[in-house]
Amino acid sequence: MLNLWKNKAAEEKRLKTVVSPSRIRLQKDQSELVPDTTVTVEFPNVSDITKFHVVYRPPGGMYHGGQFRFSFEVSDNYPHSPPKVLCVQKIYHPNIDTAGHVCLNILREDWKPVLNIQSIIFGLQMLFMDPNPEDPLNKDAAQNMIHDLAGFKQNVSTSMRGGNVKGAAYECVLIPPPPPPPASKGPRC
Amino acid sequence: MAMASPFKCDAGISRYLQLKAPHVEGFELVNDENETPRDLLAKAKVLVIGAGGLGCEILKNLAMSGFNDIHVIDMDTIDLSNLNRQFLFRKDDVGKPKAEVAAAFIKRRSPHVSITPHFKRIQEMSEEFYLDFTIIICGLDSIEARRWINALICGLVEEHGFKGFKPIIDGGTEGLRGNARVILPSVNACLDCGLDLYSKKATYPICTIANTPRLPEHCIEWASVLEWPRLFPDKKLDGDDPDHINWVVEKASARAATFNIPGINYSLAQGVVKNIIPAIASTNAIVAAACTNEALKVVTTCNPYLDNYMFYSGLDGVYMFSFPYARNPDCLVCGKREGSLSLPATATLDELITALKESPVFQLKAPTISHGETNLYFQNPKALEALTRPNLVKSIGDLFESGSTLTVTDPTLTTSLSVSVDFS
Repeated sequence: MLNLWKNKAAEEKRLKTVVSPSRIRLQKDQSELVPDTTVTVEFPNVSDITKFHVVYRPPGGMYHGGQFRFSFEVSDNYPHSPPKVLCVQKIYHPNIDTAGHVCLNILREDWKPVLNIQSIIFGLQMLFMDPNPEDPLNKDAAQNMIHDLAGFKQNVSTSMRGGNVKGAAYECVLIPPPPPPPASKGPRC
Repeated sequence: MAMASPFKCDAGISRYLQLKAPHVEGFELVNDENETPRDLLAKAKVLVIGAGGLGCEILKNLAMSGFNDIHVIDMDTIDLSNLNRQFLFRKDDVGKPKAEVAAAFIKRRSPHVSITPHFKRIQEMSEEFYLDFTIIICGLDSIEARRWINALICGLVEEHGFKGFKPIIDGGTEGLRGNARVILPSVNACLDCGLDLYSKKATYPICTIANTPRLPEHCIEWASVLEWPRLFPDKKLDGDDPDHINWVVEKASARAATFNIPGINYSLAQGVVKNIIPAIASTNAIVAAACTNEALKVVTTCNPYLDNYMFYSGLDGVYMFSFPYARNPDCLVCGKREGSLSLPATATLDELITALKESPVFQLKAPTISHGETNLYFQNPKALEALTRPNLVKSIGDLFESGSTLTVTDPTLTTSLSVSVDFS
């Protein structure tokens, strides 16, 4: 064991900080996120990159016009364990329950360490562009979507405005309109 | 009771430690410091991490193999369910710290052995504590703890060279299967190199749990994962609190009854909540025995040691094999590429980034840089880029000390790069 070591080149004294492998991996994941105009990543506490929000604004589909906010929490065991992801708003969706649990296979049973934050964001985008009522988490919403698509679309739109669907109140998730341009003062010359 | 001499009852082992060269009369194996295997064994200071199923066996084996200076660390206290296999504990010990009770037992049976318990989390101990040992033997049940100690010990080599070189012997069991491995940090595969080997926690699709349960486990997960946080949002479910588990059993049973699912009981509920892996006493004994023998060989150099992974399966007959698990060149812990840069302290962070891009050695495309837990510059996402952008114009002398090691990631690298920066 000693000789084996002595074969290695003499090492230099360096100031070293041990950085956890999960943090290194997260740094790589975060810094290589594909820029996407429909997605914003926010940090409630900027010095902590392990807790962040992903806000998604679907560019089309039934959920167009809304912005959906998910909290991500990455543990020291990342990427062996997946991040914990919750929808922080109460929304009407076949695959997301009203407590914010998300039924996305790669968040639980199909998670693999080769997947990353970007894969989860893709997964979330897919849920909004193509909700899957065959694998429901909010059973009522799923039944509604299967049996009465037009009514479901109406309910989605009502819930997104913060209205009531079947007696339950939902949170308004509409993207606020851009502030009006400052009114011009006086006559133009 | 008379004090036993340290080697009184180790006649078996001393044969192996006193091997003479076959053709040279009167020659005993010594190392560069003129130490014989027996000297090395006598002065070895060994740390056992975990005083559970594997730990009890390892401690007993070490004390009986001639190790004199043993430390044991465990943060747990003794639970009634441990007693069937953790044989250093008795019924009266329930609730007491495992490390302390185990150490007291070993001390009673082998008074010549110095054994020091630490009723602590491994994360509470300083780097100096770990630097003091010759070898570390892990009998852990969690991947988190393994990864933590592995990263720390691999870091010690990088920082202290040979003084920080601590072989790790890691044992693990899962029912009738088990493994033992010899990890020589920076020499062979570390624990993170083989992270894919570990089976992950059994999880079930959340929609199955919520809507179409078929197994008792589905109902238990429904109670613990969905119902508990809904009803007690501010209280964490504690798998060791009988009131909590009884609540889970009650809720899960009611749900199971409506779906006609039999089989819910307290121990299954606790097993699912705590992700308990079934432990079989003799698998622990097999693996712990292999670990202790490897520790003995590594410490004394009396015989070649395991290279580097031993697998045992008693699931279907008996199958055992060993093989050298290869290092992962992209390992986040030991596969880091290393490099160094020399720049004036007055250079800006932006100039450092340019140097990383233009240097023929690095040729990076879009480096993201941090120093320890401090983010220096992130290329993405926008919020972190905006936050770290002001650092670009700061001089590096204001951001870190000369000789600091920076963690650099880049799209061209599969893992990270450790760059030590000296101020010229």
